[in-house]
Amino acid sequence: MPAVLVLAVVALYPVLAAIWLSLHRFILVFGERRFTGLANYVYLVGDARFWSALGNTAYFTAVAVTVELLLAVPLALLLNRAFPGRGLLRASVLVPWAIPTVVSARLWAWMFNPDYGLINRLLGGAEINWLGAPGYALHAAILVDVWKTTPFVALLVLAGLQGIPEDLYKAARVDGASTWRQFRAITLPLLKPALLLAVLFRSLDAFRVFDAIYVLTEGGPANTTETLSIYAYKTLMRSGDFGYGSALSVATFLCVVLLAVVWLKWLGREEGRR
Amino acid sequence: MKRPGLGTALAVVAFLTFFLGPFLWQVLTSLWPDGELTRPWPSHLTGANYQSVLFGRPFLWAVLNSLVVATLTTLFCLTVGASAAFALAKLEFRGRGLLLSAALGVSMFPPIATVSPLYLILNAVGLRDSLVGLALPYTTFALPLTLWVLTSFFRQLPDELYRAARVDGCTPFGAFRRVLLPLAAPGLATTAILVFIFAWNEFLYALTFLSTPEKRTVPVAISLFASEYKEPWGEIAAASVVATLPLVVLTVLFQRRIVSGLTAGAVKE
Repeated sequence: MPAVLVLAVVALYPVLAAIWLSLHRFILVFGERRFTGLANYVYLVGDARFWSALGNTAYFTAVAVTVELLLAVPLALLLNRAFPGRGLLRASVLVPWAIPTVVSARLWAWMFNPDYGLINRLLGGAEINWLGAPGYALHAAILVDVWKTTPFVALLVLAGLQGIPEDLYKAARVDGASTWRQFRAITLPLLKPALLLAVLFRSLDAFRVFDAIYVLTEGGPANTTETLSIYAYKTLMRSGDFGYGSALSVATFLCVVLLAVVWLKWLGREEGRR
Repeated sequence: MKRPGLGTALAVVAFLTFFLGPFLWQVLTSLWPDGELTRPWPSHLTGANYQSVLFGRPFLWAVLNSLVVATLTTLFCLTVGASAAFALAKLEFRGRGLLLSAALGVSMFPPIATVSPLYLILNAVGLRDSLVGLALPYTTFALPLTLWVLTSFFRQLPDELYRAARVDGCTPFGAFRRVLLPLAAPGLATTAILVFIFAWNEFLYALTFLSTPEKRTVPVAISLFASEYKEPWGEIAAASVVATLPLVVLTVLFQRRIVSGLTAGAVKE
């Protein structure tokens, strides 16, 4: 019992402390620390770099999660079937999931290498500078995220699939429904809660993306891949500006909370309808 | 089940290539002789990259540091988490559901939101730049996962066992320790694997809280891998394989457990 209490305190305290810090002008190296109220937030609202980071984060999250779902559903359907080699596929699908994000970012950075990376080789000696060109770099980061986390989404979908009674399909086959019709009329509606749950988990996770982008581009070129976490990290650790950095982290936190509330409401409505 | 058709086979090959291809390419790169990377194919394979990574750089220290941090985190999580999960699963008290949802909420915090206060606290108590100081925040972040997985395992154990132990004169804690804990061993193992992987892979805290190069963990070491004149791709690949292979082996061996652990809290609730 005390353990649970400890958890609540230990987990809640840093967030409250971050909110408190964000109300200060606090530069670590100068030892300067004074209360300034909402000054950091006033500055944040007028900070173009904050808005571009927010835009990048939102774009990254939306595209990554959509692509992951579109890939994960067929993958889960595949894993749900009996065929020779299913165990092999199941095990190998977990490989990207188990690889540390930093390592997978490095691995992809090598494949994206403009001079002798695998991707340009496969494109027949193209000379695209994937990570150095604005417009390409963020999409490259999305690809890394898709590679790494599609397996996790597929597993959640698979768990949802296994909860659907086989009888429904038998009945549908007796009625002469096509495979596509079965998918539309049975699988998709019954899978909806699992899908929403996957979207909830993944979008909250993608919204705080740090490792992959930090290793791939550090937010470059020209800040086109800078997400909220990266901007906050740079402000905190590179500039040593704990006040404004905390304000940025709190803003990230609030966005995640907002996202969670919206998804949970939707999820709750779906559950209520059944 | 009908025989798999051509479509299934093609889909399997496509997914396998997508998920395994990059990893296999990394393994090949790690065996690629230095200076031949511009060629489309290596003339021969070599272990030179591994040799220079393991013996020419302080990379082995990073592996050791990661082992220490991940083991500590796992131990902390299991010690605190097992009794808490037992309480959540078997004892009646108000606010049970609330606590579990709160735990899930905590795991959704963006780590960046807690970096600044944690940095100041660890600095104040002299644990910044220490491996123990890193394991503590890891524990708070991995505890929610621990609670979810373990609680669902304890729930699966029949209530009669607990009641019988109480009738035989065990205290609630005694019943937990002598009867339920040994039976929950598979659940503990699953949790241990998941927490270990989490701690082994974590990057942001490790990058922020550790400043001495000798204390770096594997992800930080790999992210900072650089040479003065060019990126040492072969060595990076070798280091990546060293950092990844244990996890890949672990995952493949225990894939059933990992899958059930990952989906336990998420879907059954």
